[in-house]
Amino acid sequence: MQKEIRLSGSGGQGLILAGIILAAAAMKAGKNVVQTQSYGPEARGGASKAEVIISSEEIDYPKVVNPDIMLAMTQEACDKYVGDLKENGILILDSTYVKNVPNTKAKICSLPITQLAKNEVGKIIVANMVALGALIGHTEVVSFEKLEEAVMERIPMGTEKINKKALYLGYEAARKEL
Amino acid sequence: MKTVKRKLLQGNEACAEGALAAGVRFFAGYPITPSTEIAEIMAAKLPRLGGRFLQMEDEIAGMAAIIGASLAGTKSLTATSGPGFSLKQENFGYAIMTETPCVVVDVQRGGPSTGLPTSPSQGDVMQARWGTHGSHPVIALSPASVRETFDLTVKAVNFSEKFRLPVVLLLDEVIGHMREAIELPDYDEIEIIDRKKPQVPPEEYLPYKADEDGVPPMANFGDGYRFHVTGLTHDETGFPSNKPDVSAQLIKRLNDKIEKHKDEIIITEGYQLEDAEVVIFCYGCVARSAKRAVKEARESGKKVGLLRTATIWPFPAQVLQKSVKDAKYVLVPEMNEGQLLEEVERAIGCKLKVEGLNKINGELITPSEILEKIGEVI
Amino acid sequence: MSVVEKYLRVNKMPHIWCPGCGNGIVLGAFIRAIDKLGYSKEETVVVSGIGCSSRASGYLDFNTLHTTHGRALAFATGIKVTRPELKVFVIMGDGDATAIGGNHFIHAARRNIDITAIVFNNSIYGMTGGQYSPLTPPGSKATTAPYGTLEKPFNIPELAKAAGATYVARGTSYHAKMLSDLIYKGAQNKGFSMIEAITQCPISFGRRNKMGSGADMLKWQKDISITVKAAGKLPPEKLEGKLIIGEIYNSEAPEFTEQYAELVERISPKRGEG
Repeated sequence: MQKEIRLSGSGGQGLILAGIILAAAAMKAGKNVVQTQSYGPEARGGASKAEVIISSEEIDYPKVVNPDIMLAMTQEACDKYVGDLKENGILILDSTYVKNVPNTKAKICSLPITQLAKNEVGKIIVANMVALGALIGHTEVVSFEKLEEAVMERIPMGTEKINKKALYLGYEAARKEL
Repeated sequence: MKTVKRKLLQGNEACAEGALAAGVRFFAGYPITPSTEIAEIMAAKLPRLGGRFLQMEDEIAGMAAIIGASLAGTKSLTATSGPGFSLKQENFGYAIMTETPCVVVDVQRGGPSTGLPTSPSQGDVMQARWGTHGSHPVIALSPASVRETFDLTVKAVNFSEKFRLPVVLLLDEVIGHMREAIELPDYDEIEIIDRKKPQVPPEEYLPYKADEDGVPPMANFGDGYRFHVTGLTHDETGFPSNKPDVSAQLIKRLNDKIEKHKDEIIITEGYQLEDAEVVIFCYGCVARSAKRAVKEARESGKKVGLLRTATIWPFPAQVLQKSVKDAKYVLVPEMNEGQLLEEVERAIGCKLKVEGLNKINGELITPSEILEKIGEVI
Repeated sequence: MSVVEKYLRVNKMPHIWCPGCGNGIVLGAFIRAIDKLGYSKEETVVVSGIGCSSRASGYLDFNTLHTTHGRALAFATGIKVTRPELKVFVIMGDGDATAIGGNHFIHAARRNIDITAIVFNNSIYGMTGGQYSPLTPPGSKATTAPYGTLEKPFNIPELAKAAGATYVARGTSYHAKMLSDLIYKGAQNKGFSMIEAITQCPISFGRRNKMGSGADMLKWQKDISITVKAAGKLPPEKLEGKLIIGEIYNSEAPEFTEQYAELVERISPKRGEG
């Protein structure tokens, strides 16, 4: 079984870190995993995309062509990549920024990801963790425990509490939508 | 082999880890995308291992400093990308001429010039071969996975020490920045090769008198063997000479020492070659796309195989000739305008059809692009 | 055996330098300084670039490295950083050090790495036949300046000082004893030392600029030189066209390889702390 995931948005939203954490969580679950990214010259702003392939088999081609799961954190990213989604794929949207929901056969999970980070955690910077929580809550592509473990290993000391909170917030919000 | 815990590592991280495992204790370089992670890791780890890291004033100085450090006895490495590799070429030639072991990692990006700094390419294959002037040997390796990046970095250091020359490790932006969950070998079980030391007292030491394998034993500066090192054509004593026979012998020996050990240096991997009518020949990140293409072609009953080379230079002509013996068609997908294609044609002659699949837009060649090309012939 | 012969690879003679060239005098001054310092041949490394003066490394019986044009300091940096116990000297020409190697020159000074650099300044690219360098006096003729140079030359002691060198001096081949003393003192400085050695090139520079023989050029060096001490007593307008010689700058600052050793000490786990 192979799952291909694309996390898309703009630079500074923490999508590459989110991709790395998702890959690490899958590794902890004993899967084969490849994580790649593409980004422009900007450290903040511009298009940003992280991809993760999780598989129980050997992974040859490392890029995602038709994702099973896609996260879109900006309208631009959503419009650009939604056409690549598999027909039975899952699209997770940050409704804070994606106002025009695309016409697609994929299943849509629309949540105010950035707004949740801002209002419930008080830090916009953890929007990527809310998104990861939501992605796992909706798809269970790895377990929440493995994800939490992976997050704890890759965040700065002293930020455990807010990251955990953000993760759980996203997870719960997505579970409610199911 | 004992293995340590699985790790999620980036290609560039695996390269730095491999260098440290192989005994590299000096890094000098200049920041350049997409290779910078290697320098960053070396900056953090080398001083903890008693090594030294230097961010130099430019790419040229980085190359010069690693040669200096190597002559003084420390295994040394630098990392760069295409534009920086261009700047290093003169001193790269100096390392070839003076037979100074060192490793240059080139994480290839789109070019020419500043090109596409954050996008992959395989445009430096010929720069690795002929970037510096003169008739010279080169060893260039190109991995196709994160784990192989670790292994080939160790190999690059070992080859440089064993054969006394600068070795190029050609990564590409895909492999350099990709993360994979890998298991690293137990560092104590990795084969480490150190340069041959002179077996004679200092007064009898001829620094450029080669043993039977074509490689002269190497003393380090400061260890009691005083000798002269120059980029000028030199005789066995190391001092300049412009005698035609001395010059011819030196250049011949430099080339022969690699030619003689070609079989040991050339590393290739065959996949589904036995009955293949179509052979895909490739290297680096493109091999990942090719492998998928082979799998999908086989599923639809097409006899397609893959020969991937991890050693680009010296070129694996004989392995290639053997692999295509019964084939009808050879496809060479590359992320350049066909740099290795001509080598393939040269090795095979006009015995069978050879074609390139070339992509230069900064994106990895996809399996479907390869399949489409195969579909045109069978 | 003379002091000079003790340190020369005499079997490499005759050298390539022209009759009347000042490089041999500078080399002699260097050798006498080493002898006085008492450094062993085994612990001494001489790195040179490309050009007439840089051939000196081949004549010296130390660990010697004849590198690429302009890059000697970068090679030397790799040696010194990994083997701080070695005594590292760099010999460069004026074009070598300040044109193609200008970047390495200022950065070696900035790091204050314990290397002693001797710049053989003969005002010209001699080996390639007399092209103007960044140190050619304005208005001089050169093969690439047939109508006289327009460019203003560097003052390399001031350049080295501004970049961070902690010992800066200038000598000439005429004042050979003083030059040797300056090299001796520069080598003892814990940090980057730069000694500019004015040397005459009668063939590629003097001839084209009607300066006479090597001996005439030595006299010219004598005539235009003024010591740092004497210069200090004169107003700036009286120093026009003069060459200030002697120790120009001497100060203390942290040395790079020592700083690095301290860094290693600081970050390594202490004994007993696991």
